[in-house]
Amino acid sequence: MRIRVWGCRGSLASPGPETIRYGGNTSCVEVRLDDGTLIILDAGTGIRPLGLSLLPDPPPTIHLFLSHLHLDHLEGLGFFLPVWQPGADLHIWGPPSPVRTLEQRVARYFSPPLFPVHLSEIPAHPKFHDAPEAPVRIGSGTIISEPIAHRGPTVGWRISEDGRSLAYLTDHEPAQGVDLGSMSPEWISGYQVAQEADVLFHDAQYTAEEYLERQGWGHSSVDDMVTFARACRVGWPVMFHHDPLHTDDDLEKMQAHARALWQSDGGVGEGPKLAHEGMELDLS
Amino acid sequence: MEETRHKTLILILARELATNLATPVFVVDPEGTLVFYNEAAEGILGDPFDVVGQLTRDQWATMFSPEAPDGTPLQPEQLPLVRALKDHAPAHAQIRITGRDEVRRDIAVTAFPLLVGGEEFAGAVAIFWERGTAEGHRGPPGTRGPGGNETG
Repeated sequence: MRIRVWGCRGSLASPGPETIRYGGNTSCVEVRLDDGTLIILDAGTGIRPLGLSLLPDPPPTIHLFLSHLHLDHLEGLGFFLPVWQPGADLHIWGPPSPVRTLEQRVARYFSPPLFPVHLSEIPAHPKFHDAPEAPVRIGSGTIISEPIAHRGPTVGWRISEDGRSLAYLTDHEPAQGVDLGSMSPEWISGYQVAQEADVLFHDAQYTAEEYLERQGWGHSSVDDMVTFARACRVGWPVMFHHDPLHTDDDLEKMQAHARALWQSDGGVGEGPKLAHEGMELDLS
Repeated sequence: MEETRHKTLILILARELATNLATPVFVVDPEGTLVFYNEAAEGILGDPFDVVGQLTRDQWATMFSPEAPDGTPLQPEQLPLVRALKDHAPAHAQIRITGRDEVRRDIAVTAFPLLVGGEEFAGAVAIFWERGTAEGHRGPPGTRGPGGNETG
């Protein structure tokens, strides 16, 4: 599987001279399985350039996995070219809700006054699926999902292929109200999808100091991301969902701190790395 | 035997809530296994959860010798938490238990199911208020109802 980051900013798109190195587009990650299957993780503003890159011959079938429906993960969908192509085979997967279907909730965005066109008028007529409770096979990969701790229904995704795996938990606060470092794994939110993943894309929005003022907002500090990654024994943590107020220089200080924590705790390799637009990983 | 199966998010959140409450709380999974009780419950039950560990429904429903307020022994099916598990509906009762410290206590129990949606049932939660000991004195602070009042 090959992975490319099209957006890794959290909360709000933040273009500008101070975010050039890591990018200002909100969450969107492209995953290409070895058989060519296209999986897209989230539909933040990064999905717009991803859609353009698929021209002139977009794949016949596209699977879009939404972690949740906060706008920074959904706002690009209306600008993703395949949704405007009649006959496109677009499958949208997302967290179930006890109250409304995924389609009904996405339709709230695809309707005036938030968007000029109703979902029912979208030419691609996407097919909606609740995030599966059991593993599903898509193309040459196996997908699992798990509800995780964030504000509102949210899932983490894990994509596995040929023994390699990517875990994607971009909006996640496993440390809320607990001492994450002292918890046994079966009680840690997200453990099931992240355990022993080769690569973990995880929320690292705040410094530890910032987190003190933002507990319960659904995001993690760098320190908690490292603790979570170590508890899950992941191979390589990737810091994701960068705060819109953090400049490139701020992010690099956070990365240095994360690596120091990682190495002081016995982590192998260089440790956490900041996601950036255009980042490519090959897990083949 | 200690259960190590990964817990659902609903149970994780219930445990986090319980951890941060001064009100005694039990959390059980869909099978009725007691997967957690908080520090406030230790005052009623006599030992920390880490010492007691996970208990099956049959274990926790009998180990505290539950009785009606008049001293009549209660069957497990009469306990609010067992009723919430069985009926998937809230239940409430005033009962008497004997903690692992051998003290008999009158408590009020309210239990409610964790219904996630559709057919999914994630477990149940019980909250306790100590109304006094059977010997007529109050239990330690932190095991009473809000404001220290008797509640039922």
